Amino acid sequence: MNEDVLKKVQSNPKFKELVHKKTSLGWQLSIAMLVIYYGFIMILAFSPSTLGAPLAPGMTMTVGIPVGILIILSAFVLTGLYVRKANGEFDQLNREIVEEAQK
Amino acid sequence: MKKCTGSLALAALSLFPVLAFASGAIEGDVKQQATNWHAIIMFVVFVAFTMGITYWAARRTRSASDFYTAGGGISGFQNGLAIAGDYMSAASFLGISAMVFDKGYDGLIYSMGFLVGWPVILFLVAERLRNLGKYTFADVASYRLQQTPVRSFAATSTLVVVAMYLIAQMVGAGKLIQLLFGMNYSSAVVMVGILMVCYVLFGGMLATTWVQIIKAVLLLCGASFMAFMVLSTVGFSPELMFEKAVAAHAKHAAIMSPGKADPVDSISLGMALMFGTAGLPHILMRFFTVSDAKEARKSVFYATGFIGYFYILTFIIGFGAIMLVLNQPGMMETITKDGKQITQLVGGSNMAAIHLANAVGGDMFLGFISAVAFATILAVVAGLALSGASAVSHDLYASVIMKGKANEADEIRVSKITTVVLGVIAIVLGLVFEKQNIAFMVGLAFSIAASANFPILFLSMFWKGLTTRGAVIGGFVGLATAVVLIVLGPAVWVDVMKHKAALFPYKNPAIFSITLAFVSTWLFSVTDKSKSAAEEKAKFDAQFVRSMTGIGATGASKH
Repeated sequence: MNEDVLKKVQSNPKFKELVHKKTSLGWQLSIAMLVIYYGFIMILAFSPSTLGAPLAPGMTMTVGIPVGILIILSAFVLTGLYVRKANGEFDQLNREIVEEAQK
Repeated sequence: MKKCTGSLALAALSLFPVLAFASGAIEGDVKQQATNWHAIIMFVVFVAFTMGITYWAARRTRSASDFYTAGGGISGFQNGLAIAGDYMSAASFLGISAMVFDKGYDGLIYSMGFLVGWPVILFLVAERLRNLGKYTFADVASYRLQQTPVRSFAATSTLVVVAMYLIAQMVGAGKLIQLLFGMNYSSAVVMVGILMVCYVLFGGMLATTWVQIIKAVLLLCGASFMAFMVLSTVGFSPELMFEKAVAAHAKHAAIMSPGKADPVDSISLGMALMFGTAGLPHILMRFFTVSDAKEARKSVFYATGFIGYFYILTFIIGFGAIMLVLNQPGMMETITKDGKQITQLVGGSNMAAIHLANAVGGDMFLGFISAVAFATILAVVAGLALSGASAVSHDLYASVIMKGKANEADEIRVSKITTVVLGVIAIVLGLVFEKQNIAFMVGLAFSIAASANFPILFLSMFWKGLTTRGAVIGGFVGLATAVVLIVLGPAVWVDVMKHKAALFPYKNPAIFSITLAFVSTWLFSVTDKSKSAAEEKAKFDAQFVRSMTGIGATGASKH
């Protein structure tokens, strides 16, 4: 990448917008995943009986089972959210930046 | 029947990263089982078919880019399946279902740790890696730093991780073939070594990827069928399945809730799994096989979906085995261990999924599942060999020794020679380590990946202040800390060296070694006032623009 292209990209307000949007979404979702997972680990470590309680009185299934399945699903849903946003809106913005830089 | 002295803990656990990490050793002897012809025939069919693919791939593998990254022509969906294939090893399939079979709910907890790293890789690493790198993660780490020291570091830690992983897989292959096919240990080690070299040498990344994809599809289909059959026996009522399992299991209702866990060890394990995944060289390399950042993102999305689905299946399979296999006539055996009589599943708990296959699908299906379980090892070792070969040829030979002036034909030749050498080394180590306790090895590989590779890769992309000095010192500090703490910890100091008490109390050092790596990288970077350090910082802006926009990134080569 030559200096000229670099300068054009850096000074393009769309680039700042892209960086801001992509980075903040990436960190927000990462933190969401970390909170979900380490929150779960904390409950395991300090209050395992919460997860071992029956889902409803008389049931064999415990609270932990749907919670575990939901954590697995949450990983899938979070990646889906990011990919949708990044492959749509962000990539559109990115294309415009690249085109404008090569003018 | 030939009896092996190795205990199942050292046999199968080495294969099973989850369990190796978690300890919770399953004790028992590996006995060579009766020859399973269905499995052997189906495995031969698998090998023949994948060799056909290797032949096809070989005709399309010409350039270095073809060899290392299949020319960047793999789609996001295909790569997602291949990544999932790397994860759905014999380890996860047999190991996690065995863990659910033994402990119930705890099995689910471990599989979660393996999954939740993927979203974070997507949000922070995947597309930047794809935009900056070409063949190896060292391309990214050394992007604006000095080539020789950074690539030497990256190649060293790659080779250490690959070696640990390979040993675990080779020994695992030897143990599994006795259980699944009823053949002997050495035959498996030699066969796996030779097939691995064939796939990589002739077919490069294209063949390696397709072997991985085929195996992933077969395993997903097989496991889906088993889970479906299990659920159909209880009228698709999970509650009824849990009731029957609780009634059958010796631990009764305890299998429905989490067991005891040390908080520091649990968090440390979670960190090793999460950041280790983002630092495993053979996984990172997968992101260069797709054409651009968009496909790289898609691959993680599909991979997360397949892996998550697979872990839910193994959970059902584990409970299905409790319900349909445990204490059933013909499925149990009584063995003598340490002078005590114990009753266990024939072949040990790791056979839970295999026996269930027999219970729900008969002999043919049992053969199919056994063949697929063994085939998973082939796919994983091929990816490892390719990653090790690229570290030697691309990072050490082309960049460090030839200073970037190597011609492409020579570079490919070096990687092919390295592949053969790695094959020989893998076979020798597999034979040497047959009777060693290697349960710690995959844990060590993950810890090194998390403590040496991940901090450097992450900081090189996110922190302008990183300098060569900081990266190399910090990386080696992370590597050394991970190795030393594991050696002094319970997994090696007590279990292997037979000392009474461990000098370092935790099984998983990641929380300490990752922190130390970050701190020392930071410290040795900010105190670096050299002229080259200033230049390296100045180059960050251009790197950042490329990592964000992909301007200048390598694209797919068309065939």
